[in-house]
Amino acid sequence: MAVTREHMLDDLAAPGFWQRLTLRDWLWAALVVAGSLWAYASYSAYMDEYEVAILAGCALGLIAWGLQWPPARGLSLTVAGLSLFALWRYGNDLGAQERDFFLKYLLGSQEAFMWMSALFVLATLTYIAHSVSQSAFVGRVASALTWSASTIGITGLMVRWRESYLMGTDIGHIPVSNLYEVFILFAVVTALLYLYHERRTGTRKMGAFVLLVISAAIAFLLWYTFDREANRIMPLVPALQSYWMKIHVPANFIGYGSFALAAMLGCAWLLRDKAERAGWRAVAAALPPCALLDDVMYKAIALGFAAFTLATILGALWAAEAWGGYWSWDPKETWALIVWLNYAAWLHLRLTKGMRGAPMAWWSIIGLLVTAFAFLGVNMWLSGLHSYGTL
Amino acid sequence: MSVSVRSDAPARPPRRLSSQLFEFLGSMNFAIMLLVVVAIASVIGTVLKQNQPYQDYIIKFGPFWFDVFRKLGLYDVYDAPWFLCILGFLVLSTSVCLWRHVPGMLAEINHFRTTVQAKSLRAFHSHAEWALPEQTAAQVQQSVSELLGARGYRVRLKEHSDHRVLAGLKGGLNRCGYLFAHLAIVIICIGGLLDGNLPLKWREWRGEIRLETRDVPARDVPDSSRLQPSDNFSFRGNVRLPEGTTTNFLFLRLRDGFFIQELPFAIELKKFNVEFYPTGQPKSFESDVLIHDEDHLQQPLPATIRVNHPLVYRGYAIYQSDFGDGGSLLTMRAQPLLGQQGEAPQLQGRVGEKIPLKTPQGPLTLELDDFRLYNILPVPASEQNDPQAHGEAGRKVRNFGPNFTYRLRDATGQAEEYQNFMVPMRLDGRSFFLSGVRGSPAEEFSYLHIPADAKLSPDRFLRFVALLHDQPRLHALFTAAGESAPGLNAEELATVRERLVDLFLRQGIDAIVAQTRARVPADKAEEASRFFLELLRRSLGEVYIQVLREEGLKPEDGVADADETFFNDALNALSALGSYRAPFWLQLTNFEQLQASGLQITKAGGQNIVYLGFALLTLGVFVMFYTSHRRVWAWIAADGAGTQLILAGSGNRHQDAFAKEFDEIVRTAARRFGPPLAESAAPER
Ligand code: HEM
Repeated sequence: MAVTREHMLDDLAAPGFWQRLTLRDWLWAALVVAGSLWAYASYSAYMDEYEVAILAGCALGLIAWGLQWPPARGLSLTVAGLSLFALWRYGNDLGAQERDFFLKYLLGSQEAFMWMSALFVLATLTYIAHSVSQSAFVGRVASALTWSASTIGITGLMVRWRESYLMGTDIGHIPVSNLYEVFILFAVVTALLYLYHERRTGTRKMGAFVLLVISAAIAFLLWYTFDREANRIMPLVPALQSYWMKIHVPANFIGYGSFALAAMLGCAWLLRDKAERAGWRAVAAALPPCALLDDVMYKAIALGFAAFTLATILGALWAAEAWGGYWSWDPKETWALIVWLNYAAWLHLRLTKGMRGAPMAWWSIIGLLVTAFAFLGVNMWLSGLHSYGTL
Repeated sequence: MSVSVRSDAPARPPRRLSSQLFEFLGSMNFAIMLLVVVAIASVIGTVLKQNQPYQDYIIKFGPFWFDVFRKLGLYDVYDAPWFLCILGFLVLSTSVCLWRHVPGMLAEINHFRTTVQAKSLRAFHSHAEWALPEQTAAQVQQSVSELLGARGYRVRLKEHSDHRVLAGLKGGLNRCGYLFAHLAIVIICIGGLLDGNLPLKWREWRGEIRLETRDVPARDVPDSSRLQPSDNFSFRGNVRLPEGTTTNFLFLRLRDGFFIQELPFAIELKKFNVEFYPTGQPKSFESDVLIHDEDHLQQPLPATIRVNHPLVYRGYAIYQSDFGDGGSLLTMRAQPLLGQQGEAPQLQGRVGEKIPLKTPQGPLTLELDDFRLYNILPVPASEQNDPQAHGEAGRKVRNFGPNFTYRLRDATGQAEEYQNFMVPMRLDGRSFFLSGVRGSPAEEFSYLHIPADAKLSPDRFLRFVALLHDQPRLHALFTAAGESAPGLNAEELATVRERLVDLFLRQGIDAIVAQTRARVPADKAEEASRFFLELLRRSLGEVYIQVLREEGLKPEDGVADADETFFNDALNALSALGSYRAPFWLQLTNFEQLQASGLQITKAGGQNIVYLGFALLTLGVFVMFYTSHRRVWAWIAADGAGTQLILAGSGNRHQDAFAKEFDEIVRTAARRFGPPLAESAAPER
């Protein structure tokens, strides 16, 4: 064999990070950088140094996300395209909402959220049909619906962000400031996390379960819209006027979304387990195998825990700046700690004892109840410094 | 799936109790138990509102349970000894765990397990095997070690008698993740304890300081309850500072009392500003302050403190926390409601003051509680077209102008609370001065609506009230009417009318009906009541006409609609007077606002320690979950002229990611060695 030594080493080495990047990867990065520079050029006058840092962080994050998970690119580009289109239709006049066809029926934030809601509910039904019929085509339709719902949902959030500024520059703020807005965030984040695992595992049978919790969030959102008119854009109280909100809240919702996903897979696990033991063939066939559920459940909780750790720390840093102490044992903080401790315990059992099975599935379901209380219950029943978003 | 090639585990000697205890403290079960117990204990503090005045708890639980809960520390759970004790165990458990695991883990980072059996490698989930008749063991070893090296594995060779083992290792960072995360917990807890109340409690327990539980002004607090700047490493206190005043101390509230914390500098509040959105929500709270510190500053340091934008000065962080009245100067007129004669007395006082008053009903104390310049409230349904209202149709709000809140306390200590608006409020097209009254803070205010006249002043109503109480003039008026009724001459009827008016003013319409019922036979009662009410209304009407006449109007030519409506509103107000209780209505005529800013000042000596812990924790958690500690072995033995090769490996996390990497390793190796004889099954789904 007449290979040179260098050549042989080349042959053996795993391609390095830079070598693995394709032209498309570079293009993606270039596009994001260009977009961020454009945003910086247009709005830098209104940004403080923290916000510039956040913009830069977002750009890097978006690039990394697109490299790690290619579908994120299509999603981001579609959202950007639709949002820019809506912004162009708006111009500088909020009143365009009433006159412009596209804004009135599709892209005005309120309309976008209605489309999102309808698509998520449809997707839920289609995933159920897929699980029952085992038809691959139905499964693809369900995925497409979920993708569309997420896309229009994120677009709606982007447009709402702009709408708030059109109401008045001192009113404008990122739409993660009240319960209504974060419910939309929750639905979208959970859907994207699900789509990630769907692609990774190659099965669509988890969809029926995960989309169910999203549909529940949608039901709440609709009630909240029609009964309480919570969809109105409100100005921010002084305590929320901080760049911390931009990072603390989204990080939290990666956590909440992951925990919700894990809990629904816990339900699926229990059902599949029961079906196997009781010999319900049809039911078992409609569900993914327990081992896979177990694995995705672990991955979701690990990601959720990591994000939640970060979010809680960011919250503490924010509290230090707004209230004069990084920790005040305020009910919301305390419940965040409770949620954190709960999943820390779950992870310890799983990682060190290798525990699996029914107890872990049940625990993840109970974990979601604890999380839901921390998210909603605290706002409803316990008063504290975190006063936003009472029902 | 973990590697189970720990062949060097020593035989355990019999264990002593202390080592068993040590092991238990660092055990998983104990850790999980602690995590769950802390979680549950934390719930208590969120369900039961913490650090409220003790009086509130007594009312809520009764004296017996109040005492039980107090002894359990439930009013300040997170400072309770038992809670701190659990936290202490958490730190202990984590430390013991670290102590036990870290040396092993650090060793493992560099420990190449070079003693493995071919049999056990074949049992690995990820393995592959080759028979290579044309290559020597040395060549194979060379290739494999280059291959693993190119993938970032560190390798070590061990020659055994009939074979050699090449052990590869990467991802030591994963182990550090464990170290970081757990060390972080210890660090955060220690930093947190330093910043908590523990040091204060320690000194209190040693008797060095005493909690002040009396309600005394700051200057009367004894030295034993004062903390010097150098005394306290970490604290969090509050002070309310009126505009134009300066402070150099704070209150540290603890349980049912406080300490005074001295500061090494002074803060002067120049001005406090609040801004509102048109919807009435607060938009910003800002304090313009001056820091006075002769030792460190040439001249006072000006600064603006806003919510989310604290001022940090010499390690002390100063935050905007709340605001209130700082002693606004109010000028008021005590408008008589019970016919007191003479010029209505003028009063002046500052918010926070107590003013003794002499009234015909006996001595009263006027306690001025609060003054608010802006009162942004929902606009009533009838006034949605008000040009000053903002917001969406149906939910408009507007600023209803200044109001003030006061209490009138009688000699027995009973008090009624009042809230009066300075300018009249429009309702259904008419204007009213609103004055709310309630018996206790738990109740809602019920409002007296005093109708405003065409000049938007209360004068006409007040004149009406005054005339109604003016016995001689009333008598003259009624006699002059010259009316009579069956069985009553003019003089007698006039007297009846006076009595009716008097009864109405003192006790309201219902009293008239009740008295009639009591005196007239049942079958005639209905008719008699109607007669008296009609008479009363006519009498009040005549008095009102007289008031109009005195204003210079000519009621004989007809009464304007507006004046007629005013009469009805006045009657409503008069009948509500019975439950208003105060002998006068305090009309706010002038004010000089003085605001106070609530500042929170903290020194968090442990903060940087805690932040270090935060950084370690984040790092540790991500590293632990998203890197893995991976091992690969090559078992190489001469096989006749050729060589036998077994590759196998495992990772402690992300088995599927490792399986993928192992697949790639096998594929690369296959380019040198040809396809393997046996390979692990594809990763299962
Ligand atoms: C950031 C949160 C935490 C994470 C991610 C975490 C993770 C882990 C992991 C992965 C291990 C096993 C190490 C191995 O596989 O060899 C472990 C062990 C352990 N952890 Fe934690 N931990 C966390 C917080 C805590 C806390 C708050 C405690 C306090 C009680 C604790 C106590 C322990 C103990 C005692 C063990 C050793 C168990 C044994 O092997 O006997 N951990 N932890």
